[in-house]
Amino acid sequence: MKITLYATPEITAKPLIAEVILETKALLNIDRADVKPKGGEVVIDVPQDRYDEVTKAFEKRGARIIRLELPVIKDDDECVNCGACISVCPTGVISFKDDWSIEMDVSKCVQCGTCVTMCPHGALTLSE
Amino acid sequence: MGEKTIQDINARIADGSVHVVTAEEMPHIVAELGPEGAAREVDIVTTGTFGAMCSSGAWLNFGHSDPPIKMQKVWLNDVEAYSGLAAVDAYIGATQMSETRGMEYGGAHVIEDLVCGKSVDIHATAHGTDCYPRKVLDTTVTIDDINQAVMMNPRNAYQKYNVATNCSDRTLYTYMGTLLPNNGNATYSAAGVLSPIFNDPTYQTIGVGTRIFLCGAQGYITGEGTQHDPSNNFGTLMVQGDLKKMNKKYVRGATFHKYGVSLYVGIGIPIPILNADIAKATAVTDANITTNVLDYGVARRSRPVLRQVTYEELKSGMIDINGNEVTTSPMSSFHEARGIALELKESIRKGLFYPTLPVERLPNEGVSKPMKQIKEQPTVADVMASRVTTIKQGLTVEDAAKVIMEGNFNHLPVVSDEDKLVGIITAWDVAKAVAQNKRDKLDDIMTRTVITADITEPIETTARKLEQHNISALPVINNKNIVVGIITSDDISKLMTRR
Repeated sequence: MKITLYATPEITAKPLIAEVILETKALLNIDRADVKPKGGEVVIDVPQDRYDEVTKAFEKRGARIIRLELPVIKDDDECVNCGACISVCPTGVISFKDDWSIEMDVSKCVQCGTCVTMCPHGALTLSE
Repeated sequence: MGEKTIQDINARIADGSVHVVTAEEMPHIVAELGPEGAAREVDIVTTGTFGAMCSSGAWLNFGHSDPPIKMQKVWLNDVEAYSGLAAVDAYIGATQMSETRGMEYGGAHVIEDLVCGKSVDIHATAHGTDCYPRKVLDTTVTIDDINQAVMMNPRNAYQKYNVATNCSDRTLYTYMGTLLPNNGNATYSAAGVLSPIFNDPTYQTIGVGTRIFLCGAQGYITGEGTQHDPSNNFGTLMVQGDLKKMNKKYVRGATFHKYGVSLYVGIGIPIPILNADIAKATAVTDANITTNVLDYGVARRSRPVLRQVTYEELKSGMIDINGNEVTTSPMSSFHEARGIALELKESIRKGLFYPTLPVERLPNEGVSKPMKQIKEQPTVADVMASRVTTIKQGLTVEDAAKVIMEGNFNHLPVVSDEDKLVGIITAWDVAKAVAQNKRDKLDDIMTRTVITADITEPIETTARKLEQHNISALPVINNKNIVVGIITSDDISKLMTRR
């Protein structure tokens, strides 16, 4: 499962992720990381059974954690099933079903947002 | 066998015995029964396509105001429409952008809003005459309030289209969608097996007056589309239909990120199977249709062709480009195209749609000409300075400083022993290096990824590169990567003022 970690500028300089990995020994995989003037935002893939433990370890160090339940949302009224989004997705979230309609495996989404701008019909949005 | 007539087929529609299949079903039937047998068995093959068709728009007649106005300029929801004709007619073009919202909303969205029954704000201006005294008009209408609303599209239903990919190292934003750098993806138009013209490539039944499915309404082909290019399998159609009868599902405004507005249009064309030849043509499959993969990284009329592919390969989701596996995306919807072919099939079976034969054939030979340009665009070769000083790679920062001082310029290309371009140094780089006490090797401070100009490229392309990368000069190279000149933003400014 994926989480988004938000870190304020005061703690972005600390090796937060390394500390949490050492403490929990969970195999964390960083899908995407942005450092902005207002702090850092990192999408991390966490093994399902270690979710609680990892979240607590991050929160103890002052980071805010949000679970990415539905990272990208498709508006079925706007989507025309063209598939423009498929080739720009870096993690293979989107594919065609046998009937050429669009299918999404949101568990792979890292919220890069490329599909959102690619969609000619404004059918895709990232959730907060 | 004897040929069927359109009257025979329409009689079967009337008595409910007509046999209609889609262009996806037909190849199997022809494979099984042969063209003769298939022509006996099948009366009509339906096709479909649903994609971005930029050359679209609608004629609107608003009725006369009181006091009357002869609209000289008119805007619908802040999108300008063309009104350079009699008083209250206007043509809203699909790709025109909103003057307040930019490319997020355009003519295509106005057309979609009209079809959806939404209100549209009209603003018009005029100079005022004795017969049309009014100078400004503001009102709000829906499609029911206006007299005629006729979709009239000069170029739709492309027989096929090129596949777009991007060999350059930056992301491109095009009418084929976002093209990721270094062949990161490839995009194409998807109809393939369902493409109307590919199912009648000699235009035996597709012609002027052919009744078609146009966005859910019954429309007509009014002629060859603009840029009709049948000899290269790039035929196009000009079509017309009543916007008031259209289904919003098939009229969809679209925005291509950082490119602009377009309209997704749904078209279905029935092919009456009058004889074995027509039956044979409708047996076309994705494997029989080839198209070219073009490099959109080259912003010229003739883009380099990287390879040919079939629609079967494109639809597999992956194609090989220069040894790399590249993911493909359709920009048009095969799912909706299939839905249109099925909907048309159902309408015919229910006796709601009767196909026609053309009253005039369309040209099945001929090509689309490029533009005649009487004022040739200057190229880099016309503007660049061909006396360019370069420096060899092995030398020092101090050497570079001397060369720059003596030459009184800012940009110094660095070349290998074979004179090939390997980097660039600016006066600023040298000053910075000296300040940091790095006086040794040029290699340590030069920029290795050099943006260059090709000696043959138009000056517009060079100006765009300078602007995009926020730099002021480009080394000019020939096809062997040897520096043959340098072009600066000053050179281009001087050219502009001379004009």
